[in-house]
Amino acid sequence: MQLPRPNAEVIARKAAIVSRLRAVLPSAAVIDDPAETRAYECDGLSAYRCPPLAVLLPGTTAEVATALKICREERVPVVPRGSGTSLSGGALPTSDAVILGLGRMNRVLETDLANRFIRVEAGRTNLSVTGAVEGEGFFYAPDPSSQLACAIGGNIAMNSGGAHCLKYGVTTNNLLGVTLVTMAGEVVEIGGPWMEAGGLDLLGVICGSEGQLGVVTEAVLRVLPKPEGARPVLIGFNSNEVAGACVADIIRAGVLPVAIEFMDRPCIRACEEFAKAGYPDCEALLIIEVEGSPAEIDDQLARIGEIARRHDPVELRESRSEAESARIWLGRKSAFGAMGRINDYMCLDGTIPVSALPHVLKRIGEMSRGYGLDVANVFHAGDGNMHPLILFNANKPGDLEKCEALGADILRLCVEVGGCLSGEHGVGIEKRDLMVAQFTEEDMEAQMRVKDVFDPDWLLNPAKVFPLEASAARRGA
Amino acid sequence: MKVTTEQELSEWITSATSPLRILGGGTRPVGRGVAGEVLDVSGLRGVTLYEPQALTLVVRAGTPLAEVEALLAGEGQRLAFEPADWRGLLGMAGEPTVGGMVAANVSGPRRVQAGACRDALIGVRFVDGTGTVVKNGGRVMKNVTGYDLVKLMAGSWGTLGVITEVAFKLLPRPETAATLLCETLSPEVAVAAMADALGSPFEVTGAAHHRGTGRTLIRIEGFAPSVAYRAERLCARLARFGDWSHIGEGGAEWQAVRDVAAFHQMPGDVWCLAVKPSDAPGIAARAEAEDALFDWGGGRIWLRVAAGADLRARLGPVAGHATLIRAAAETRARIATFPPEAPPVAVLARALRDRFDPKHLLNPGLMG
Ligand SMILES: Cc1cc2nc3c(=O)[nH]c(=O)nc-3n(C[C@H](O)[C@H](O)[C@H](O)COP(=O)(O)OP(=O)(O)OC[C@H]3O[C@@H](n4cnc5c(N)ncnc54)[C@H](O)[C@@H]3O)c2cc1C
Repeated sequence: MQLPRPNAEVIARKAAIVSRLRAVLPSAAVIDDPAETRAYECDGLSAYRCPPLAVLLPGTTAEVATALKICREERVPVVPRGSGTSLSGGALPTSDAVILGLGRMNRVLETDLANRFIRVEAGRTNLSVTGAVEGEGFFYAPDPSSQLACAIGGNIAMNSGGAHCLKYGVTTNNLLGVTLVTMAGEVVEIGGPWMEAGGLDLLGVICGSEGQLGVVTEAVLRVLPKPEGARPVLIGFNSNEVAGACVADIIRAGVLPVAIEFMDRPCIRACEEFAKAGYPDCEALLIIEVEGSPAEIDDQLARIGEIARRHDPVELRESRSEAESARIWLGRKSAFGAMGRINDYMCLDGTIPVSALPHVLKRIGEMSRGYGLDVANVFHAGDGNMHPLILFNANKPGDLEKCEALGADILRLCVEVGGCLSGEHGVGIEKRDLMVAQFTEEDMEAQMRVKDVFDPDWLLNPAKVFPLEASAARRGA
Repeated sequence: MKVTTEQELSEWITSATSPLRILGGGTRPVGRGVAGEVLDVSGLRGVTLYEPQALTLVVRAGTPLAEVEALLAGEGQRLAFEPADWRGLLGMAGEPTVGGMVAANVSGPRRVQAGACRDALIGVRFVDGTGTVVKNGGRVMKNVTGYDLVKLMAGSWGTLGVITEVAFKLLPRPETAATLLCETLSPEVAVAAMADALGSPFEVTGAAHHRGTGRTLIRIEGFAPSVAYRAERLCARLARFGDWSHIGEGGAEWQAVRDVAAFHQMPGDVWCLAVKPSDAPGIAARAEAEDALFDWGGGRIWLRVAAGADLRARLGPVAGHATLIRAAAETRARIATFPPEAPPVAVLARALRDRFDPKHLLNPGLMG
């Protein structure tokens, strides 16, 4: 992975820059001891590491603004960071950049359930947003699997989704407003606790911009009343094609489950060995969850069961109790852990039209054999967001490179069938150089114009999203 | 000038040197009138792709909305955001197009539960002010590949680019609906009742109150047994606010809310406000409005106000904003249609327009 040449002049001035920042920020908020900054050298894509110049941990929006103003004057690149769980290297530093961590800004500022919103600081973790309202029967809908750790600011930057987004949408559909600090240190309020932000939809373009347009310090989020209950059904099939056809029929029948998760044989096997969830030995497994009162759930599961039976399932297990639901979800939820135990793995995140599912799974199987690396598939079938897990051995020379090449081929396949490179993890550095597979020069130019407007010097979160050649002129490289 | 292909449109814009007034169906004449040559894009028609089993539709921007809705209805699906038809409200003829709906980000009562037009929009193609064809998003529901210009184009009223094709995430049309009606509530009590309903686990898909008739409507949709159960539970839950009757699916009632039928052929200007629901009754009272329609549980207020009044000046600062939807040309020349932006936001918006439309060709001045 190529990173832009660090600005040697900035690195040479490190001491002066740090002391300028220390003069205006609380002393605990500026870290430059290499032993301590090492904790910030990577995110969830840990194959790539680079210690930053320094780490800033501001406690208020005003401190963020002050810090950015100084960094801009000193021409220091800034990498915003939430909890560092990005899987695309979105929070990877460069050696001339400061990390701006929002971790200390984690307060709830306002809860207003009559108007169904909550205002939080951007460093607050996803799960603790729900935690702040669940006592009153509400929840925050986007639920990435990393929700215990990841921060709302990171969710906004990556437009994160979760297992339940088939019904509730992703971050952008649940975000009402942000406080954004631009690289110039200007504090901008966009949207608020009302349903239409007004004017050009700046909120829409900030969400998913991977920390490149500004630093989000506060967010107004929509919260929803919790459903009365939820229960899954587990259905096993003897082929991926049939499982795919079953998903299509369920959607056609007008049933809108809250989640439809799909696992293929390699994934089922690994999960079963790891979690002993009692999954059947079959080619493809669906876990479909519906919500409502007990009677409503029974009714929907009956409809789903009737459709599934037309496809000759090898097993159909409706959950009748909470314990049974937990067992059905157990294997799926431990999928990544299970893989991690048997192998090193790389988790991809392309999206495909659901109609292309059987074709794509077949092609992935062929590619996997071609490269001699196993691929296990687990994904959100209702919306076509795939998470192929490529298994490799990090200690074997050449294996990581082979794995990356296979990953790139799979993502190119996603684009070829009408899908995209990333459904929820973002482009980061990981998929930066693949952008040309999906976008023309003109398409990228239009996106980069937005960056020009918010961050004319291209100092925020450098080297991410756009191929380095495409952004070279703008970065003055 | 009428174009029929994206290529033709691109060539036309590339060589244009003076302002263009972009016209789809011409049914939403909102904003300051644009002095410029008409660029008619209603010829960019046709469905490019419809996959019911994937809940996906891709359609060219000039396609009549009615055609799209009929196509989807034939497959038991729909655009969930319930786009309004503004012809009656604005006294227009013509045929609303999909592109116009997207450019105006038009959503109806179901927005409160299913999201806005911009939330259902998953892909877009447009020609910017330099004549360049740009695509963004795609045809899949989850996509964070590059910046989301799809949202930026929705509600940009043609000022960043001329939309040529759009892709939507669709939803199944539910088996049935039930509407609950209460005729005795004041706006204050109605908004409290609607908040209670929207805060319940029963997935209310419409909550509106019309001050003029005192009618409050609450809608639930889904499979028949579920709708029956939810209607009963809601009636019981909301009994403390008043007596609720079950008036069937309520299709006509919701269409009237969606299209603001109460204000058709009634005198005065029409404003549309986005506010915190609990603030809505107070704001409507301060507005000295002739009539008020509270949609989205009060989150959106349609106000009919004596002609020529500057509602923003009358209200002073509010948490939210007001858009002038219908007024005489003289009023629209004097009072900004779109809510004034805070200075740093205005700077960003202007800079974006300068980048996407450097020659200031596309509906210049329409959004202020
Ligand atoms: C085990 C595991 C499971 C996961 N499951 C999911 C999943 O189900 N769905 C999903 O969508 N993702 C998932 N992820 C990916 C990741 O958790 C999300 O991308 C998450 O939103 C990142 O949040 P973070 O706070 O950790 O952000 P970071 O990793 O710190 O940063 C991510 C990006 O956000 C930017 N950023 C962070 N804070 C701000 C801010 N305040 N202002 C501006 N920019 C900011 C950073 O610069 C960076 O580009 C998973 C990750 C792991 C490790």
